[in-house]
Amino acid sequence: MSRRGDWVYENNGGTCVAIAGADYCVVAADTRLSVGYSILTRDHSKICDLADKCVLASSGFQGDIKALHKNLAARELLYQHQHNKRMSCPAMAQLLSNTLYYKRFFPYYAFNVLGGLDSEGKGCVFTYDAVGSYERTGYSAQGTGSTLIMPVLDNQLKSPSPLLLPARDAVTPLSESEAIDLVKDVFASATERDIYTGDKLEIVVINKAGTKREYIELRKD
Amino acid sequence: MTGSMDLPAKGGFNFDLCRRNNMLEKNGLKLPGFLKTGTTIVGLVFQDGVVLGADTRATEGPIVADKNCEKIHFMAPNIYCCGAGTAADTEAVTDMVSSQLQLHRYATGRESRVITALTLLKSHLFRYQGHVSAALVLGGVDCTGPHLHTVYPHGSTDTLPFATMGSGSLAAMSVFESRFKEGLTREEGIELVSDAIRAGIFNDLGSGSNVDVCVITKGKTEYLRNHQLPNPRTYASSKGFSFTKGQTEVLSTKIIPLKQKVEVAEGGDAMEE
Repeated sequence: MSRRGDWVYENNGGTCVAIAGADYCVVAADTRLSVGYSILTRDHSKICDLADKCVLASSGFQGDIKALHKNLAARELLYQHQHNKRMSCPAMAQLLSNTLYYKRFFPYYAFNVLGGLDSEGKGCVFTYDAVGSYERTGYSAQGTGSTLIMPVLDNQLKSPSPLLLPARDAVTPLSESEAIDLVKDVFASATERDIYTGDKLEIVVINKAGTKREYIELRKD
Repeated sequence: MTGSMDLPAKGGFNFDLCRRNNMLEKNGLKLPGFLKTGTTIVGLVFQDGVVLGADTRATEGPIVADKNCEKIHFMAPNIYCCGAGTAADTEAVTDMVSSQLQLHRYATGRESRVITALTLLKSHLFRYQGHVSAALVLGGVDCTGPHLHTVYPHGSTDTLPFATMGSGSLAAMSVFESRFKEGLTREEGIELVSDAIRAGIFNDLGSGSNVDVCVITKGKTEYLRNHQLPNPRTYASSKGFSFTKGQTEVLSTKIIPLKQKVEVAEGGDAMEE
């Protein structure tokens, strides 16, 4: 929909959210893919399992997102072969930042949220911009519905930035079921007001026991 | 335009701020967006009259501004008009023509005709050369029979047995083209219109929420507001949200006492009703 002949990107819409808990991490994204005013599919996963305790959710231009996920998955496999262990979440966070900054002058049109458990088993969430600036936080939202969701999370979770001094834990005081309930409600609300968010919600919960997936229906209009 | 402050506004458009707005835009200010209705609107002619239909979502860019707005506007007791495009424009132009029709009814002593509304709308829109962004589906039943017309922002019109307009018009038209036939019954007409609007609601991102239907026949009009509600909220947290005092951090407080400008005198006369 732009007049310049050299605009190569497209926004396929969608929203991603992640919340870090004391011993769990919830990563959620809607499954709608759209272009302009049309829906391409109601059933597309924006979430990629990169390592056993590390999950990436991205919204933006699907072409770049597919390429980015493939790139990271390949690098993780190489790491496995070289170090005889899977990549930890903080390590993957740094790798993602470097991968994004590598294309600083022709960026990946991807808005990422990385979630998982760190080496101590505590929940961690890393939030990114399109060119790799990242921060470890207690929760984050990215994508077309992020401006609708972030203020609610700020009010309900209020977990501090790890950059604050004195150092405080960047995890939310909510329990796992409360966090999942909050994510479902917040997505239902974002779906009401954002035309690009809807159809289905995919929720991935990572804890000590492993990774669990859940799907709930959202408004399809 | 120096004298404009002295005279009362006579109606129409006021261009006083155009130069200032152009200067601001050149200096990088982003103009506020218009509330568009995204929209799917439809109409069809059935054996006893016309059925109009519309969705109820109003958008401002990618955000839903109104989840349940009314897009089927009253023109006359026997004429209704669905509007797509800029919400302010559709509202203003239908209200204006509705008033003109009422005055005309008083002057002639007769029921309004659909072609009268049509001519008033198309001449107004043509005069504004497409700047009034209103795309309408006008339908009604008068002494000459049932009529259905589409009106485009530049002022052209079509007379059709079935019509769709708005961003969801292609989705709705696909339903009409496969299932429309002449001489539908009232129930068939309402069902076909509802199905067409639902096609727009679910397949077009600019349309959504509920289905409004309006059935116009000789001597009777039924406005079925929210005839279908196919989009209930999917999830609401059972424990709810609390926003207690203190939950939102207050960073700083500054109280500035305003100087008392009014002296309150005791007694005096009571205020007049």
